[in-house]
Amino acid sequence: MEIFLQQIINGLVQGSVYALVALGYTMVYGILGLINFAHGEVVMVGAMLALSALTALIGWGLSPLLALPISLTLAMAGCMALGYGIERIAYRPLRHAPRLAPLITAIGVSILLQNLAMMIWGRGYRAFPQLIENRPHLIGGAIINDIQIIIVVLAIVLMAALMVVVHRTRLGRAMRAVAENQHAAQLMGVDVNRVISITFMIGSALAAVAGLMVSANYGLAHYYMGFLLGLKAFTAAVLGGIGNLRGAMLGGLLLGLIESLGAGYIGDITGGFMGSQYQDVFAFLVLIAVLVFRPSGLLGEQLAERA
Amino acid sequence: MSTRPLFLLTIAGLILMLSACGKSASDQAAAAGDLVVRIGSAAPLTGPQAHMGKDNENGTRMAIDDANAKGIVIGGKKVHFELISEDDQADPKTATIVAQKLVDEKVNGVIGHLNSGTTIPAAKIYSDSGIPQISPSATAVAYTNQGFKTAFRVMANDAQQGDVLGTYAVKNLGAKRIAVIDDRTAYGQGLADEFIKAATAAGAEIVAHEYTSDKSVDFTAVLTAVKGKQPDLLFFGGMDAQGGPMARQLKALALNAKFMMGDGGRTPEFIKLAGDAATGVYGSLPGVPLDKMPGGKAFETRFVAKYQPIQLYAPYCYDAVNVMIAAMQKADSADPAKYLPMLVNTSYDGITAKIQFDAKGDLKGGTVTLYQVQKGQWQALETVGAH
Amino acid sequence: MLNALKRLLLTRALPSPVCGRGVGGEGKTRSVLMLCLLFGVVLMLPFVVDALLGRGWVRIVDFAMLYIMLALGLNIVVGYAGLLDLGYIAFFAVGAYCYALTGSPHLALAFPQLFPDGVHLSFWIVLPMAAVLAGGMGVLLGAPTLRLRGDYLAIVTLGFGEIIRIFMNNLNAPVNLTNGPQGISRIDPISIAGVSLNTTQTVFGIELPSVHLYFYLFLGFAALVAFVSHRLEKSRIGRAWMAIREDEVAASAMGINTRNLKLLAFAMGAMFGGVSGTLFAGFQGFVSPESFSLMESIMVLCMVVLGGMGHIYGVILGGLMLALLPEILRHSVVPLQQAMFGKVIIDPESLRMLLFGIALIAVMLYRPAGLWPSPVRRRELASDEVVP
Repeated sequence: MEIFLQQIINGLVQGSVYALVALGYTMVYGILGLINFAHGEVVMVGAMLALSALTALIGWGLSPLLALPISLTLAMAGCMALGYGIERIAYRPLRHAPRLAPLITAIGVSILLQNLAMMIWGRGYRAFPQLIENRPHLIGGAIINDIQIIIVVLAIVLMAALMVVVHRTRLGRAMRAVAENQHAAQLMGVDVNRVISITFMIGSALAAVAGLMVSANYGLAHYYMGFLLGLKAFTAAVLGGIGNLRGAMLGGLLLGLIESLGAGYIGDITGGFMGSQYQDVFAFLVLIAVLVFRPSGLLGEQLAERA
Repeated sequence: MSTRPLFLLTIAGLILMLSACGKSASDQAAAAGDLVVRIGSAAPLTGPQAHMGKDNENGTRMAIDDANAKGIVIGGKKVHFELISEDDQADPKTATIVAQKLVDEKVNGVIGHLNSGTTIPAAKIYSDSGIPQISPSATAVAYTNQGFKTAFRVMANDAQQGDVLGTYAVKNLGAKRIAVIDDRTAYGQGLADEFIKAATAAGAEIVAHEYTSDKSVDFTAVLTAVKGKQPDLLFFGGMDAQGGPMARQLKALALNAKFMMGDGGRTPEFIKLAGDAATGVYGSLPGVPLDKMPGGKAFETRFVAKYQPIQLYAPYCYDAVNVMIAAMQKADSADPAKYLPMLVNTSYDGITAKIQFDAKGDLKGGTVTLYQVQKGQWQALETVGAH
Repeated sequence: MLNALKRLLLTRALPSPVCGRGVGGEGKTRSVLMLCLLFGVVLMLPFVVDALLGRGWVRIVDFAMLYIMLALGLNIVVGYAGLLDLGYIAFFAVGAYCYALTGSPHLALAFPQLFPDGVHLSFWIVLPMAAVLAGGMGVLLGAPTLRLRGDYLAIVTLGFGEIIRIFMNNLNAPVNLTNGPQGISRIDPISIAGVSLNTTQTVFGIELPSVHLYFYLFLGFAALVAFVSHRLEKSRIGRAWMAIREDEVAASAMGINTRNLKLLAFAMGAMFGGVSGTLFAGFQGFVSPESFSLMESIMVLCMVVLGGMGHIYGVILGGLMLALLPEILRHSVVPLQQAMFGKVIIDPESLRMLLFGIALIAVMLYRPAGLWPSPVRRRELASDEVVP
């Protein structure tokens, strides 16, 4: 029972990490219908920036409690600029191009950022300093620590905040209008380019938060960390119904749970024939099963067809 | 339509122009009338393992710089050694391209590759051209089992190292219930399998065998599953980048088992990444500790001053180059066909071990040293000979 | 999203391939002549490359041929039928493992009684088997994904590719079928009429090294794949695929059996992938799961899109470019820096991939439809621009 509960907690934490990243994917997709393949790399850059700022600030003798928010702000600002730049250079000129063209530029941006990061921050792994004591808490025999609690709470809070922005503000209304019909929105006086730029910047700021949390939780950052994370988060977003904020959250949590329960119990279910090496197979099979019955994901709109 | 031929022409022109100037670049040093001996180095210099690859390249480069400084004479001529370093991206296909490129550039010998998966297919190309290849780090048994006369390694293979680790875990650390995690790479899986063989033979029970990947950072799920089986020792077949976070998560989950890794985890990087959780962790390295070998400590100091802390295999690369040069000196020729027979009969006191090859090209009687993290440092416990 | 659909229906009410027929005629003899000329040039290619650039480049060109085959195969799925496939490399893997298992001593490990020396079937027997098996896998992938569109299809195919790779990486226990991450080595070289391509042959006094022999073999297969693609494109099936690509609902309304045709597209694409996989295994002599990573699928997709989706010449160009570009950069980054600054300033390896990324972006920005898009497609795009 203890073990089962621990696996649930593992899944929730891992799932919240996916959800944090997936929110960024889904924001952009909801507005533009574009898979921002470089999003995982933005997360990586966020982690690296935050880490560099943190090391520098603590080196100057700042207390960790002060250094942490400052470096997070710096990382968010950096990522917002990066997100704006990516959209401006790699996506905006292709807004009316064939559907796959921006996919290729996204891959190009991804490769570019990875190698830039390698040149700037080096080839090795960077350790995240242990600043504040990460206290463990016992829940019914299972363990969860401070950073993990922050991650879960943060994912939920950010999702809620995004929902408020999208559904309750002027900007949100403009976003929804652009998502519905760019040309009509433009005719109604919405500055489409500005709205899309802001969307990218919000998504990238989220990526910076996710990057910092991921590297704090696992204690490391590496120029290659964005690839797998981005892939998993993308899967989560699709599972939940891409373009839907609640879907990203749901998909992330679900994927996290599937993975941890899969890794923990595949061996027992198949009588030792298959083990945790098939964890990803298990996750993808669930994804395929879900999509066969709900072709637009769990919470996605039914008419998700785009040219 | 009009732009089409233009494109093709531009591309064709680019290929010709760029590659042509690529060829001319390597002929500069020959001007002095020296004998130019080219040593190829192949390792991943981009991608997730780039830091290990760069370490290999630097180890090789240092040996070559040393040899040039010494002013070695072969066949009556002063030798200028030249390093030709290639990026194989840890990809088997690219590895064969790189191997062929090195062969084209008429290298006299190759130090590489880093991974088993790249070393195995590349070995065939070197063998076809008769160019000796010494891998500093490929540990898969299959590498030297292909029957190529040009394939050597200066590192204990998986069977030798897994055997020592498994026996040590049971006999010296008293482990009875052992859990194993491997990262499903050629290295991790090979080592874990040999470890299991040795540990079971020594009388321990394998209570869990779980898996992860060489890109994961979250191991809580498999570690929780392992925790349910209550092992007294956990062995991880994989690299430091996974071992570090794994040690942390082990501690966070209050899984109180001894933690042991092979050479992939015995790095300064591991201690950096594991933080507090590193203390008490066991690791191993083929060969003898650097400070026990003549010149070993000096190598380390010089290497760190020149490049960066040793990641893992740089000393083995250094040895590999020196073994090759020693064979050339003995044969008094840098011609692969002439010095290859000398290489087979090598007996060289390197900084990692006394290097002698067996009939297959494996390290003869490969010794392995066990280490433990104490006070934030890897401390050597004892050196064990393979059975 | 509704808007996009409407736009589609308005501007492309007629399936475009209707106008694709008109290209033939007098242009045909010219293109035949061009082909002959091209053929002659290509035949000489390995010798020219070998003499000018070295044998390593012949090997690179060999791999480029394999990539062209892959790109042409994927072009059927993505370019013709408009189904975004991110797991295409799985079929390449199936083909490669087919030959690796049946053309090496490996199976002796798993079934020592049954095959004491392993299985050593001839390449030419394995080839059709692998093609059929890969095609079957294509149908297997296609069947559950028929209702999915665009990005949802992309993620499912991506998952399929990963599933195949994970199985190959792990099927060394309980029965050692694939040898897991260690891969399978000592695969028999391909031989034609008893002549092993792994050796240097002399024909009419001309010395043909192994890489040259493989070049001609791969060239033959690539030409075959291109020819089949070409015939498919101009056939009823090809036109039906393109109708599905442009508008599935309309295509279905015109009486096209979209289910069968989509499955056929997956199967055909997968077959080509399987064929090139077997060739790869024979050429390389070693296969391991790391050759079939997601990045490979993405690269093949890049070739198709970068070259010009749905256009055979474009796709061939894309395959050539992306297979050669990283290698060209490998050879040129250092001398280029030396020429410009007198020394190496930036680490050549990071710069190489950096430039590769920039090239992907630049090509797409300046030629969004690909380097060499099909004339039909280009007309559509031109008309598209009027609407928004």
